[in-house]
Amino acid sequence: MILIVISAACLLAGLLAAHPYEMQFRDRVSASPSAQFPMGTDELGRDRLSRLLYGMRLSLSLAPVAALASTAIAAILGIVAGHVGGWCERGIMALTDLFLSLPWLFLILTVRAVLPLNVSPAVSVAITFALLGLLGWASAARVIRTRVRSLERSDFVLQARALGCSNERLMFAHILPNLKPVLFAQFWIAIPLSLLSEADLGLLGLGVVEPLPSLGNLLRELVNFSAVSENLWILTPAMLVLLVVSCFHLLLPEQKGYS
Amino acid sequence: MTGRVLTLLGSLLLAGFLGALLIRQAPGYGVDERELDPRLRRESVESIRKSAASHQDIFHFYAQYLTHLAHGDLGVSRSLGQPVRDLLRDRLPVTSRSLAAGLSEAWLAGFLFVLPPFLFRLPGYDWAVASFAGIFLCVPSTVVALAFLYLDWGTAPVIAAAVFPRVFRFVRNLLLDASTRPHILAARARGLGRWRIFLWHIIVPTTPPLIAVLGVSVTIGLTASIPAEALCDSPGIGQLAWTAALGRDLPLLVTLTLLVATVTLLTNLLSEALLSGGAPGRS
Repeated sequence: MILIVISAACLLAGLLAAHPYEMQFRDRVSASPSAQFPMGTDELGRDRLSRLLYGMRLSLSLAPVAALASTAIAAILGIVAGHVGGWCERGIMALTDLFLSLPWLFLILTVRAVLPLNVSPAVSVAITFALLGLLGWASAARVIRTRVRSLERSDFVLQARALGCSNERLMFAHILPNLKPVLFAQFWIAIPLSLLSEADLGLLGLGVVEPLPSLGNLLRELVNFSAVSENLWILTPAMLVLLVVSCFHLLLPEQKGYS
Repeated sequence: MTGRVLTLLGSLLLAGFLGALLIRQAPGYGVDERELDPRLRRESVESIRKSAASHQDIFHFYAQYLTHLAHGDLGVSRSLGQPVRDLLRDRLPVTSRSLAAGLSEAWLAGFLFVLPPFLFRLPGYDWAVASFAGIFLCVPSTVVALAFLYLDWGTAPVIAAAVFPRVFRFVRNLLLDASTRPHILAARARGLGRWRIFLWHIIVPTTPPLIAVLGVSVTIGLTASIPAEALCDSPGIGQLAWTAALGRDLPLLVTLTLLVATVTLLTNLLSEALLSGGAPGRS
């Protein structure tokens, strides 16, 4: 319910936000909450509520895209490894182990540094979420490969093979449909991970660039401790991350029933 | 074990190759600002270009990279202008100390929070502690780092806050699983004391998997060290990685990534060795 309300508010950001997210009110810099600015304004005189709504919309709409990309990569690699086996499986699993052995933020920082940092806001959004999608596949690939291996050894697949079922039909008619719950669970797990990673990158100054708002760069206001003590609304993005990620985590056990 | 060591070496070589490939393919690679220096003669510029051209072949470049690495030459940081070896020598002890302190705090807290329900009847305790640990899983580690910086607690608690919920969940599930085994029921039926059952029949059999988690917690701790050190201004490896990323100092960043990969792979290998040593027949 909370997630639906937040998502609806983000979708209706254009209607709910009183001001454009990038509009500066230079005479109202760091203003306290008022009727015109319910959450006050930031250091550049921009309406915090409008920025929060647009920032949440960006993060909440692109985190599932990143999660979908990482799940798709994981699915391809996991299925190939589990189905083909042999050297192919060993090679993919070695790559997976390597990705898993590297601390997640180190990996993202290294690859992010390869790409240009001084880019337009739209390109920074694409780079940030593409990175999260392209690098977050390793643990899911391992789970999917294990599931494919267990399906390959199951009685119904053995029976299908004995009846002369082709490899393609075996894959598309018998294995893939049974992988759906696992793929869905992995996708669901990847969404909060993408949200948290984007927040980390944004706060470290390597995520979405200004003036485009995202959950990550909205959190940067927290660095100014004196401003936080003066206006507690600055904590709202952090509270929203906590709330949204908690909702995703709480909804996950319901999926386990059929995974 | 020999197989695992070979896999480790293979993984490191692969990591090195990917790192070299990353440097080689980065936009701006091969462009040398010295070529623009008007004081240099044409021959000097040509020499610089020839040297850059020798790096165009990725395999040659990687072989050179490995040779330098084998001779302990980790290169010079482009952004900080210092040899990478000196930077690592100065900063490794800082991260090692905060990592050791953070992991100890996390494991201690994990055990302290897990134990009470196994020894005493505490209705609602499990739900309350699981929710408390869950909060740390739902907050970005950068925000935790800022909160602890505000409280002036240093970097170790940030690492502990990142590792604690995972350790707590794993230890809790492991002990819960062990406590429902038939031999525990039999021990209770025979009238054995709670402490005795807990120490000898729950803790001892679950020690090997707990050791295995140690390796994983090092990786989580290293991840948390980046925001912790970057935001708390602690001069460690995490801060160095962040500075290198902001300065696009790829040679330094790749060396750091390789170093971190080596540390985590070795820790996992060590925990596996302890695991197989503790329980014969396990692989």
